[in-house]
Amino acid sequence: MQEILRQLEQKREAARGGGGERRVQAQHAKGKLTARERLDLLFDPGSFEEWDMFVEHRSSDFGMAEHKVPGDGVVTGYGTVNGRLVFAFSQDFTVFGGALSEAHAEKICKIMDQAMKVGAPVIGINDSGGARIQEGVASLAGYAEVFERNVLASGVVPQISLIMGPCAGGAVYSPAMTDVIFMVKDSSYMFVTGPDVVKTVTHETVTQEELGGAVTHTARSGVADLAFENDVEALLQLRRFIDFLPASNREKPPLRPNSDSPDRDEMSLDTLIPANPNKPYDMRELIEKVVDQGDFFELQPSYARNIIIGFARMEGSTVGIVANQPMVLAGCLDIDSSRKAARFVRFCDCFNIPIITFVDVPGFLPGTAQEYGGIIKHGAKLLFAFAEATVPKVTVITRKAYGGAYDVMSSKHLRGDVNYAWPSAEIAVMGPKGAVEIIFRSDIGDPAKLEARTEEYREKFANPFVAGSRGFIDDVIMPHGTRRRICRSLAMLRHKQLSNPWKKHANIPL
Amino acid sequence: MFKKILIANRGEIACRVIRTARRMGIKTVAVYSDADADALHRRAADESVRIGPPPAAESYLRIDRIIEACRATGAEAVHPGYGFLSEKAEFAAALAKAGIVFIGPDTHAIGAMGDKIESKKLAKAAGVSTVPGYLDVIPDAEAAVRIAREIGYPVMIKASAGGGGKGMRIARSDAEAREGFRSASNEARSSFADDRVFLEKYVEEPRHIEIQVLGDAHGHVIHLGERECSIQRRHQKVIEEAPSPFLDPGTRAAMGAQAVALAKAVDYRSAGTVEFIVDKQRNFYFLEMNTRLQVEHPVTELVTGLDLVEWMIRIAAGEKLTLRQSDVALRGSAIEARVYAEDPLRSFLPSIGRLTRYLPPEGEGVRVDTGVFEGAEISIYYDPMIAKLVGYGASRAEATRRLGEALNAYYIRGLSHNVAFLAAVLRKERFAAGGLSTNFIAEEFPHGFTGVEITPEAMAEAIIVAAAVQRITAESEARISGQLAGHGRLVPEDWVVCVGDAQHRVTAARENGTVTVTDAEGGCRLVASRWQPGEPLFRGMIDAASVTFQVDRDGIGFRLTRHGATIPVKVLPPRAAELLTQMPVKQPPDLSRFLLSPMPGLLVSIAVAEGEEVKAGEELAVVEAMKMENVLRAERDGTVAKLRAKPGDSLAVDQVILEFG
Repeated sequence: MQEILRQLEQKREAARGGGGERRVQAQHAKGKLTARERLDLLFDPGSFEEWDMFVEHRSSDFGMAEHKVPGDGVVTGYGTVNGRLVFAFSQDFTVFGGALSEAHAEKICKIMDQAMKVGAPVIGINDSGGARIQEGVASLAGYAEVFERNVLASGVVPQISLIMGPCAGGAVYSPAMTDVIFMVKDSSYMFVTGPDVVKTVTHETVTQEELGGAVTHTARSGVADLAFENDVEALLQLRRFIDFLPASNREKPPLRPNSDSPDRDEMSLDTLIPANPNKPYDMRELIEKVVDQGDFFELQPSYARNIIIGFARMEGSTVGIVANQPMVLAGCLDIDSSRKAARFVRFCDCFNIPIITFVDVPGFLPGTAQEYGGIIKHGAKLLFAFAEATVPKVTVITRKAYGGAYDVMSSKHLRGDVNYAWPSAEIAVMGPKGAVEIIFRSDIGDPAKLEARTEEYREKFANPFVAGSRGFIDDVIMPHGTRRRICRSLAMLRHKQLSNPWKKHANIPL
Repeated sequence: MFKKILIANRGEIACRVIRTARRMGIKTVAVYSDADADALHRRAADESVRIGPPPAAESYLRIDRIIEACRATGAEAVHPGYGFLSEKAEFAAALAKAGIVFIGPDTHAIGAMGDKIESKKLAKAAGVSTVPGYLDVIPDAEAAVRIAREIGYPVMIKASAGGGGKGMRIARSDAEAREGFRSASNEARSSFADDRVFLEKYVEEPRHIEIQVLGDAHGHVIHLGERECSIQRRHQKVIEEAPSPFLDPGTRAAMGAQAVALAKAVDYRSAGTVEFIVDKQRNFYFLEMNTRLQVEHPVTELVTGLDLVEWMIRIAAGEKLTLRQSDVALRGSAIEARVYAEDPLRSFLPSIGRLTRYLPPEGEGVRVDTGVFEGAEISIYYDPMIAKLVGYGASRAEATRRLGEALNAYYIRGLSHNVAFLAAVLRKERFAAGGLSTNFIAEEFPHGFTGVEITPEAMAEAIIVAAAVQRITAESEARISGQLAGHGRLVPEDWVVCVGDAQHRVTAARENGTVTVTDAEGGCRLVASRWQPGEPLFRGMIDAASVTFQVDRDGIGFRLTRHGATIPVKVLPPRAAELLTQMPVKQPPDLSRFLLSPMPGLLVSIAVAEGEEVKAGEELAVVEAMKMENVLRAERDGTVAKLRAKPGDSLAVDQVILEFG
């Protein structure tokens, strides 16, 4: 018995040591924490329960039989984040460069299976050189096992990926299929093929950071959701983020009571909309003044900035926010913003998170770049996502709601539960000037006449009343009372029941 | 008494006049330009009339439209406030012609005091001490030298029609006098289309002290003591106070008597201000008389207990000034700070935009005269003043303290403002000692304003407040639903407050609403506050001392602001703080490679092309902001690598315009 205990302690010691002092130092020298240090920060102190510390790889080729480290390059288990159950795996770059072996993959699959059974989020901390090449196809099989579980877990439990080192080749597809990706600047990158291959094939010279760094993926490609300065910041922000999410699709989002009154008026919102309809304003101000404690957790803030997405709370309960941003491209919908918002809407719908939509959209962005890029199909994604969503949907039109984009932005016709308009709302097929130029094409040579027609059109349609007269909006509300009205709407919708017809799954225009 | 008056002004002064009128039971009419459709003065008035597009020349300076507005609303009298039409004799005349009362002096007094040379002659005749000088127009440079020698150097050469520092030269030698004459008259010609200049003794270490006078239509004039406005930046007053810490009763009485004499000499009726320059020996010389309500009148109101606007209205309505000089007593001390939308860290460039968050301070001995509100816009068209903040107390020290605390609690977001600078001025030892002069700012901030230094005491307080703020935030987070039964979150007590590289271990425990913060040495402080996450102001007590910090969330940390100093803090669990030390220190990106827009504005032109070599001082681009064209020049030699903006783009502050190789 003594001997067993001694061995146990020895193995634990070996597992905790990872790839050894030298490699740990190298990891730190790169500005990265070790796999275990990261879990220390992710979980409430002392709450982490580790599984499979003694798992080792079964490979014997290329001298691997002599190289075994308990845990095999990944630390797995569960713990709590602010008392709530969360599963996690954390790849250990100090052990075989974090390369994924069959056994390593099995450890990940084990906690994913368990997380799905009990209904708890899975956090994946990625820091891996890629496949364990010595194992050949066994390693690839391991990836595929993880992929399959990512897919099955999608929409069942939240899956969040932290990229905290290399993540290249096939390995990128596991994070790619999770709900949210966080990256760390200067120490993480993701790409399908690295700079060397790119150089050989396309003769482009590009650094890892440029090709797949945190800034690239959060500002250019939209692959990742947020970029952080370092590991500590990323992990602590992740804790904040988890607080917004339900543990699984079987639960309502968590309730975190706070002192912010649902009746709080924000008088300054009455002057948010500039007198000049072409002047932008910052939609973020509206969001921050409406939600609890001004606490808005924005996702993808640097990508497709013409639409804003993120989580907040109303009366302590999580809501998803989708909002056009007039400061960028006048708030137009385009390919990137449609894709960005569509995926977010579906995320909310998966996890029973009510959606609040703030609308100021002059239409879809015109141009060959958009048409050739397939704006038709991409725009349809957002339309599809709003239309199929069965969670409570509250929409506030602040200013422009023109044309097809009006329909798309969680309109009444897409089963919007409560659709409000501010007095400044203009719900119309298009702006007065454009409309008049089409209806009165024959008057185009006569600016005075056109001006009069434009004024007539403006008076008739550039207001919330036409839509109101048809019941397309439920009420015209004063901007200062927006929080109160949304809170009441959400309270009314708390027990909303709505389901879509049975189907295997819908065929969203991907 | 009038039934209805119109206020031919905007902003805080319009609101301030409306307040008194309302108290007197007089209806008020506001006028507004298109830029002010949502402005506070319009909301405050009983009715309002649009008088034109945003530029002042097309609205607030349009005499015809204002008279029209009076007729349309039946206003019997007009209060002009300050600035705009307040000192235009033709406005007073036009009103008189239309049968509308001007709440101010008559056209004769306005006209007589409006001309710098004329007013000096009048003052001299009335027995007012004037700066030794030559008040007639100087014909040529040689005459200037001769006169300068007679008076004795240093001398100041000034444009007769001048103002705002334009057409002003100091000369300390014959050569400088000759050159100063030429440049002052050239500048006067181009700025005012009037090249007349005069010359006077230049007073060194001068103080600006002015006497408030009040006269009625029946020849009765009194003075209400002085205001010292020595703290100026580029001839713009920054801090004003009453009484002056410098004057003795004798000097005050002498100055007051002269001011009254001058007012009588022009049959002054209404409130007016006689400005003096005072030297080290308390010699005082007449500068000019302002025939209107001054911006800084509130300090006089606070120490005299009088409402100047009320008296202006009463006098204009023909009432007798019932106060005698002996009724006027100065009680306590009042200090006013002008809160402006300008960026003190960027050489005080105006900062326009929306006040997204605006919480003016309140409290005993605090007066806020403001024309804005949360959600209001500071536009490019007018003076970017946010408010006048006044502290009043029994002593100058108490007034300073109250003003300081009020500045500390003044929460303004959405644009840059000068609160930190004002706080820094107030906290100068020389200010407390009363050692003022018009060179105060230049001497106390020789390298400009570079931010407020954080004192060890402020840092110690910030650490304690940060720990309390984190403790309260963590408690809120630990109230989340869905925790594992029996394994829920315990709010930790051990924290590390990280400020820059420094780490301070503390424990923060809470009992009955009081957070006990204990430092590593066992020093224990009790923090009582009702602060909740998301609130902009942390007000509380540390032990027995009250403390206020502005709190802004910033990622995983906070920014705590006190007395203009902002301290970024992170309060982390010990393990996170320990690991944070492992994290690489990242150098901020090298911005010297970029030409950044110094202000929000429109990119008018770019003078260079990609690949072009430029020499230091060469023009790179022109940015238009506040209707001013700002030429941006190369700071050193280099090659333009990439243009990142094109003419016609609207630029945000710090937006990259071009990149050097």
